[in-house]
Amino acid sequence: MPRPAHRKPDYHKINKDLFVLTYGALVAQLCKDYEKDEDVNKYLDKMGYGIGTRLVEDFLARSCVRRCHSYSEITDIIAQVAFKMYLGITPSVTCNNSSRTEFSLILDKNPLVEFVEELPAGRSSLCYCNLLCGIIRGALEMVHLAADVTFLQDRLKGDRVTEIGITFLRKLDEKKYRRKK
Amino acid sequence: MKENGRCITKLENMGFRVGQGLIERFTKDTARFKDELDIMKFICKDFWTTVFKKQIDNLRTNHQGIYVLQDNKFRLLTQMSAGKQYLEHASKYLAFTCGLIRGGLSNLGIKSIVTAEVSSMPAYPDTGLHPKTPRSQPELKPRVRCSTNCATQVLR
Repeated sequence: MPRPAHRKPDYHKINKDLFVLTYGALVAQLCKDYEKDEDVNKYLDKMGYGIGTRLVEDFLARSCVRRCHSYSEITDIIAQVAFKMYLGITPSVTCNNSSRTEFSLILDKNPLVEFVEELPAGRSSLCYCNLLCGIIRGALEMVHLAADVTFLQDRLKGDRVTEIGITFLRKLDEKKYRRKK
Repeated sequence: MKENGRCITKLENMGFRVGQGLIERFTKDTARFKDELDIMKFICKDFWTTVFKKQIDNLRTNHQGIYVLQDNKFRLLTQMSAGKQYLEHASKYLAFTCGLIRGGLSNLGIKSIVTAEVSSMPAYPDTGLHPKTPRSQPELKPRVRCSTNCATQVLR
């Protein structure tokens, strides 16, 4: 049966509690499976990478962003459009170096940690939201940008803010750069 | 096969934890449930709607602790419902949902066993009241067996 021509795109929204609790259950299960924090962090990043490589297509289709000409534009879009679209928050962006390849996203609010009081005992180097780093990394890679994404600060570890650092690895050649889908 | 079994168990346990947490938040301000059937109706209507944006389409019971919930268009499987090729993987998506139900019931004082089956054919109930759907929709039938004996022991 043919679909009607002007079908409204189906933007599924999920219940926030379900999403946050499921993420927590995921992290808890990974903690059961792996003793070392580094392993849990690594697998969260890996899972996030897989999600990011697919999520970027959904993002590009829904957001209609213009072509970017600089890393700082890209970081702004990640903070103001992507985070807003998927998590409902808008982290602030700061640039960390003069060559404008290192940026930080400062998360004032983080819905993923809403039900987390503190990190479990013996898990002090767990990056609870490391999935986010993997997602950003995977998404950037699909638009041909290599980046290192890690947590620089984490409120759950006692820091004042939660800060995600994005370091773009290859210098952007502005003339040759084309945004690829 | 063993790996698949372990995977299913982990998913079910994750669903259990999430179900427990969810039901606490959903029932914070609701009135006390009258009986087991009342709780099952809550699961079918409010709980299922909050999680899957739709109600359970059909609830049947033998009034002796067994309930069959039927979802004619299970949201987690709608993207992959074409034919039978992914049916073997469907069990992973069901496991989390079964755990969700089991966890929700557990925090309401009901110990249960939840199993599920899925078929890729559209639902044709015996009464023939529902019209035929043009496309196959995945139909989920979680079957809940409640141990009311355990529940009453908890209440004493």
